[in-house]
Amino acid sequence: MAFLTLTDIRKDYGAISAVTDFSLDVEKGEFVSLLGPSGCGKTTTLHMIAGFVPVTQGRIQLDGRDITHAKPNTRGLGIVFQSYALFPHMTVAENVGFGLEMQKVAKAERAARIAEALALVHLEQYAARYPRELSGGQRQRVALARAIVIRPPILLLDEPLSNLDAKLREEMQFELRGIQRKLGTTTIMVTHDQAEAFSISDRVVVMEAGRVTQVDAPYRIYEHPRTRFISHFVGKTNLLEARVAQPGRGGRAVVDGRSFALDLPAQLGVDAAVTLVIRPEKLRLVSSTSGRLDGRVTSRYFLGSQWLYHLETSLGQLLAVLPNDGAAPREEGETVGLDWADSAVRLLTDEDVAA
Amino acid sequence: MSVPASMSSPKGLPYAMSGPAFLLFATLLLVPLVLTALLSFSNFDHHVGVKGGLTLQHYVAVVSDDFYHEIFLRTLRLSGLTTLICIAVGAPEAYFLSRMSPRWRAICLLIVLAPLLISVVVRAFGWSMLLGREGLINQLLELTGIGRQRLLYTEAAVIVGLVHIMMPFMIIPVWTSLQKLDRSTEQAALSLGASPFTVFRRIIVPQVLPGILSGSLIVFGLSASAFAIPGLLGGRRIKTVATLIYDEYLHELNWPLGAAIAIILLVANLLIMLGYNRLMERRYRRALG
Repeated sequence: MAFLTLTDIRKDYGAISAVTDFSLDVEKGEFVSLLGPSGCGKTTTLHMIAGFVPVTQGRIQLDGRDITHAKPNTRGLGIVFQSYALFPHMTVAENVGFGLEMQKVAKAERAARIAEALALVHLEQYAARYPRELSGGQRQRVALARAIVIRPPILLLDEPLSNLDAKLREEMQFELRGIQRKLGTTTIMVTHDQAEAFSISDRVVVMEAGRVTQVDAPYRIYEHPRTRFISHFVGKTNLLEARVAQPGRGGRAVVDGRSFALDLPAQLGVDAAVTLVIRPEKLRLVSSTSGRLDGRVTSRYFLGSQWLYHLETSLGQLLAVLPNDGAAPREEGETVGLDWADSAVRLLTDEDVAA
Repeated sequence: MSVPASMSSPKGLPYAMSGPAFLLFATLLLVPLVLTALLSFSNFDHHVGVKGGLTLQHYVAVVSDDFYHEIFLRTLRLSGLTTLICIAVGAPEAYFLSRMSPRWRAICLLIVLAPLLISVVVRAFGWSMLLGREGLINQLLELTGIGRQRLLYTEAAVIVGLVHIMMPFMIIPVWTSLQKLDRSTEQAALSLGASPFTVFRRIIVPQVLPGILSGSLIVFGLSASAFAIPGLLGGRRIKTVATLIYDEYLHELNWPLGAAIAIILLVANLLIMLGYNRLMERRYRRALG
């Protein structure tokens, strides 16, 4: 059995369901992210695991123990809050030591473990400071140290990096992952930032309107999104409306008179409508008429390492992202050819198979 | 409209704007205070009245007489106890108020604050009707067989009255501090294994301490100089400094002695409040700003 098991969790607020049919198995040492837009129920789910929000229905088991209705102060989980929730009237060392004090750890051992935790987050020199005397990034580290010092079976991170500026956020992502690897603590992080979820998680749970829509490794979610929503939510995307020409493996789909080789589910009928996805960075710009399709550049944006093009084509508006190779970019108004590999095209499975 | 030069200059503007307030303070507070201070050093004769001159005899009289010591100590005791009760009752009350649903909170806040709309004298008479010999409480005590007790004109009656009057002055500042409290600090403490009581004692109370501090300064200061409540609920027996000053001025007609007692009360009050403030601030300034 998995280390943490959530079975058909449901949370109702009056007539409104915040979370429905949430099931998830988390293995020991795994880093799992709950990803979704605000209001999708990801924070509610985290708070149910933490015990702050009572579960309406379902079961939560941690290491074989049923903790569904256990009080939050008996679960022993480490939690990093979005606001950090540091105790403002205590020094950094007192903040970090609070959990140990509650566990009645002897003073000498407590001091050693506080020092160890602060060293892990590079804050040894700040032990005597008060939270208000620290920067945002430092407070974040104190919050992390406070959560891991009690050696929790599970670390819960509630949008831990959302209050940091972009550069610091990226640094902290890798550091967070490094610390998690080092300690091997099973971690669940809530975030609305797909880049954050993708870069540091083993698995990502995409949520929409209180439901899990896809659970997969980050690259699988990006490459094989199951729904239109996921495809849009995780990165930029091009959606193509197509018809099935030949179902099954090695089948073909037709878009605007052009036919692609594509693996299709066998149960689809000929001429069934399907939606295809192609990521903007999978499109190649070639000279006009030599690609699969011609398009006119309507606008272009310089993103530093990449160029983003908006293209007007017979399939509608398409996005193309090309690496900045140092060459001069395409001009706005220029007509270019578009090409891509057959394997770059994916079928949105869920919506179309269900339909 | 033309603006005078002194007002248009950025340097003079703050002074000009605080002018009216300063004028108000000067005429209504500073002048009477200085006059009272001067009066307290004047000679007094029972036949002639205030005689002018310069003497310390009234201060010496107060400092050397046990009669006055007792009254000062009683006042200190009454206001200290009132402050402690207000903290013990008001701080948790403010906490529960802040945790209520908005609708109930509005109703309960109104109940807490409504007494402020009624005159202190009216409320004091209300208490004396309740606590009096033929009052409701004594009638109940008689019915239950305990028998009538002396309730009115005791220190307890004064404290009950003072607590009732002062409670909003404790609840409002504590409530304000609670508004600034980050609820997730409570959740964080819970997740670290603290019991709800430990959370209240170790996490919430220290964070609302500035509110409790300012609340207790207001309550103590107002209680120590309260006049109507001790006058009406304490009667002739339970004299406090404020009622003593009144007696000196209006019954003994010894204005200089009354003035000296008033100045001593003022200074004592100031010293206690400043000392208390200093003590608390030193502990919490760095952490709570």
